[in-house]
Amino acid sequence: MSDRIRALLTRRRATLLTVAVLLCLPPFYLDAFWLRIGLFSMAAAIGAIGLALLSGTAGQLSLGHAFFLAVGAYGYTWLAGDPGPGLPTALAVPLAVLMAGLAGGLFSPVAGRVKGIYLGIATLALVFLGHHVLLTAESVTGGFNGRSVPPLSLGGFTFDADRELTVLGVPFGAEERLWFLGLALFALTWFTARGLLRSRPGRALAALRDSETAAAVMGVDVARHRSAAFVVSSMYAGLAGVLLALAFRRVVPDYFGLVLSVDYLAMIVIGGLGSVAGATAGAVFVTALPLLMTRYADQLPLVAAPGSAEGAVGPTEAARYLYGAAIVLVLLYAPDGLHGLARRARDRLRRRRTPTTVPDTAVPSPPPPAAAARPKEHTP
Amino acid sequence: MTDLLDSLLGGLALGAVYALVALGFVVIFKASGVLNFAHGSLLLFGGYLVAVLHDDLGFAGALALAVLVTAALAGALDRFLLQRGGHDAHSAHVQTIVTIGIDIVLLTELARRIGGDLLTLGDPWGDAVTELGPVTVADSRLAAIAVSAVVIAGVFALFRFTPWGLSLRAAAEDTEAAALMGVHLGRVRAGAWCLAGALAALAAVFLAAFPAPGLERTTGQIALNAFPAAILGGLASPTGALAGSLVIGLTEALVVGYQSELHMLGDGFGDVAPYAVMLLVLLVRPNGLFGAKGAARV
Repeated sequence: MSDRIRALLTRRRATLLTVAVLLCLPPFYLDAFWLRIGLFSMAAAIGAIGLALLSGTAGQLSLGHAFFLAVGAYGYTWLAGDPGPGLPTALAVPLAVLMAGLAGGLFSPVAGRVKGIYLGIATLALVFLGHHVLLTAESVTGGFNGRSVPPLSLGGFTFDADRELTVLGVPFGAEERLWFLGLALFALTWFTARGLLRSRPGRALAALRDSETAAAVMGVDVARHRSAAFVVSSMYAGLAGVLLALAFRRVVPDYFGLVLSVDYLAMIVIGGLGSVAGATAGAVFVTALPLLMTRYADQLPLVAAPGSAEGAVGPTEAARYLYGAAIVLVLLYAPDGLHGLARRARDRLRRRRTPTTVPDTAVPSPPPPAAAARPKEHTP
Repeated sequence: MTDLLDSLLGGLALGAVYALVALGFVVIFKASGVLNFAHGSLLLFGGYLVAVLHDDLGFAGALALAVLVTAALAGALDRFLLQRGGHDAHSAHVQTIVTIGIDIVLLTELARRIGGDLLTLGDPWGDAVTELGPVTVADSRLAAIAVSAVVIAGVFALFRFTPWGLSLRAAAEDTEAAALMGVHLGRVRAGAWCLAGALAALAAVFLAAFPAPGLERTTGQIALNAFPAAILGGLASPTGALAGSLVIGLTEALVVGYQSELHMLGDGFGDVAPYAVMLLVLLVRPNGLFGAKGAARV
């Protein structure tokens, strides 16, 4: 038995290593367009994982994610920028993440007490009020036109295209360099989030989602755990905001609107609620789809090239149809999302491969991911 | 003083229109536990129909048809998409997110059709105004107040006196018990959605009428301001929705009316004032003003 576990662990480590190596390859082979898709996907995945912790695990519906992304992005820009303290950029990143966490903490009087759908609307307020502040506080945010983001520099190495850098015969511009930064931050998010889910607080949150009353009886401090989940989720959002700001090189208020919040909700729903891998898959889907459709608009049937006659279905619209339909179809026919689909496919494959042996006891299949919220209590 | 009266009347008219929208939220939430994020695009759909049809059918005919078609669309969305998910509280959360997907599809299609145009609805009030003592009011605003009052009274009567209203209240109280007593949940739900759709289409007319420039692709977003109104009053309470809408409408109108005095809050604070009010209320009463505190059974 222990041999099998060890073999499994070795195999898992080998898989991990392979994936890591594969993820390091793209900058050497792909051009800036694909790298940018990857970068945005990684940033979105970081934010989506944070939201998955909150909505999927703690059972809270949040539409305020765009606000915390904005806090991270603008926090970094202000802390490291000219109107602002002008701190070293390497210090501005963690401080911006802490700022997002602080903003989440300030909201905890609401986040700890208001639940489910009410919280969804309450966080909606954050997005609108935040957008208003971004537009009006011009000295900090630059107003409607936003402000440019200072590039990150770590120990003399700048994530920017200013100085020539060639690695293995490939010129490394901003996208190539940022790719590795994004990868590192994504790995950090992935492992911390998975660790958190399996930790004691993670289990407390899952209990809270399944039944608030039962969890409270078991000694879970309901309000404290709810607010903590909110703070952690906003810190991940802040990190995603920083990475997005670095990738965009300019932050503007209109980007951080309600649509962005809905996008993040869609990511975790399409991916499968409450799972880190699902949130990542959903983030890639939602981020890459419109960009890819815009790029290949001329080769797609029924889709007109951007800027053609008014009234035609452009690539942006086609992407939005697909994406809206994906939300509806996934929720109606596969409520556990891409993650659940993948798991079922894997189970079926495994069963077909070993039809006679007893089910593999060393790999207990994970319990079905419980979805949005507590199953059986009525929200008043 | 005139300014104040002006703002109050404007706020009353705005609140009356919000009440139509917020009542839709409440009816849907009571019947199905779903918060309908597609309400804004249903509203836009109704307005768009009136805009397209009023040349051929006249305003009244177009409005009647738009109300019917929007009601049918809302009912069909519920019957054929949402109700597949079931009736319990958990699937209500999932269905809430489904409405976001519906909203994206519907809104994209309508925005594509409307483009950058400003559509007129051909309403009979035009830009006429009435002198009421010291203040001048647009006729469309008076019409909004009058029509909303009548319609809302009708909806309350529907709740109170019809078998459907009784079924709705029973289902909201206890879904299972109502089903056991022979309430046809699917039909009650679909009926509630139809009613909400009809109210949204009606609201669209007043949102696009003078002094607003006309129906544009962003008109549906105004419905978002009815979210705070519905939440403020407590999502399951029609009376609360009415009170919340008036609070939100008056707040918005007063903030806009006294913008110069409120300069430190920044330009355009009127647009976000409803949300600020809602946050303040939720801090004190997490279930809204009229919301009952949920009792959890173990």
